[in-house]
Amino acid sequence: MEAPIVSSYIIMAGALAVLLQSAAVVVYVERRVAAFIQNRVGPNRVGPFGLLQPLADVVKLIFKEDVTPIYGNRVIHTMAPMFPVITALLTVAVIPFGDGLFITNLNVGVLFLLAVTSLGVYGVAMAGWASNSKYSLLGGLRAAAQMLSYELPMGMAIASTVLFATSLSMVDIVNSQVYWWGLFVNPLGAIIFTVAAFAEANRAPFDLVEAEQELVGGFHTEYSSMKFGMFFLAEYMHVVIGSMLITTFFLGGYHLPFAGYYAHILPEAGTWAKAILDIAVFLGKTGFMVFVFIWVRWTIPRFKFNQLMSLGWSKLLPLAILNFVVIAFILMLINS
Amino acid sequence: MFEEFFPIFVLIGISVFLAFVLMLISWLLGPSRPNAPKLRPYESGMDPIGDAKERYSISFYMVAMEFIVFDLEIVFIYPWAVRYQELGFGTFWAVMVFLTILTLGLFYTLKKESKNFSISKAKQV
Repeated sequence: MEAPIVSSYIIMAGALAVLLQSAAVVVYVERRVAAFIQNRVGPNRVGPFGLLQPLADVVKLIFKEDVTPIYGNRVIHTMAPMFPVITALLTVAVIPFGDGLFITNLNVGVLFLLAVTSLGVYGVAMAGWASNSKYSLLGGLRAAAQMLSYELPMGMAIASTVLFATSLSMVDIVNSQVYWWGLFVNPLGAIIFTVAAFAEANRAPFDLVEAEQELVGGFHTEYSSMKFGMFFLAEYMHVVIGSMLITTFFLGGYHLPFAGYYAHILPEAGTWAKAILDIAVFLGKTGFMVFVFIWVRWTIPRFKFNQLMSLGWSKLLPLAILNFVVIAFILMLINS
Repeated sequence: MFEEFFPIFVLIGISVFLAFVLMLISWLLGPSRPNAPKLRPYESGMDPIGDAKERYSISFYMVAMEFIVFDLEIVFIYPWAVRYQELGFGTFWAVMVFLTILTLGLFYTLKKESKNFSISKAKQV
């Protein structure tokens, strides 16, 4: 067991580096794509094509004053921004990036994933409460209610994927899609999961946590300096993580479409060529999903809070349960 | 047996360390010149009226309570979804009964709760 453990730390270092860099890259891409969609120029001053803009932003944030509002709870106010960052970084532990390229292959990977992602709620709820500001409190409450509500359809959609893999290990879930991606055999589950992932990341059209017109900045109204920077970093890391999870559960992870049918012409497992191909395919799909996240944000207007709640509870959750039951029944019939 | 959990503990250590470092950097490098207006909670330029730790809508509690019920339902579903092929149709119908009862409960709560977040009936939150 020596070799796998050593290699898993190398992969961990790579994955953390990629995830932290990707947040900066996604911020830049988001601003450029937004500018393109709105017929503007976007950031183009700092460095070639404005590529150094995220770096300049971080440096600016670091040298700003760190303010805790009076009567706010200083300890909780300081702890709150750590939660989203830590949970975002922990999620990569179970995501397989390629054939044999994962940090760890837990046999309860899906449960670990759900446990870690639901910890993110504490960060926003604590931030909202500890700031002692009305905007923050309302934003934090909304965020908590929204993230709790959309965890249910998300969990049910994952359960319908588990039916195909009959395993809770993420590696088995990816390998069960080697012939047919989850998107093709379980399209409704894929749609529900994607919508829930948007809501979990607090992204438009579900970004009423930070609806500027009514709540200023939502739960991070009273945050400044790098504390705000950490919420910002975590938001973009959650976009990347959400894209990785959609890729893993429904877009076949590191497999090319229908890869099982022409596996003999692909490089053999365990070679460098195969590893590079796997990572390229995985990152390509993740990049596409990140683009979809940005595309949707600048296309679809924001929901109202009661619309958001009724979409989650009275449409997505019953649909997800129905989808699960129908898939389970069909698979039972096929296999008996 | 637990060696696959080892990288996770290392990862927890790394991410907690990173979060603390990010927090400390701006605390060490940023200026600290507090004054009364800066420390006041932001209320769009007006002096803050009262405290923010007020009562808020009960709908949020209801959402959290219903979340616990249905999240438990999903957790109970997972083991069955892993082993359903071996367990056969008998267990399948048992799980269907379980899901039906909880889904009926979901529709009941929707009927009771649906008006709480709407603008016309309750104070908007």
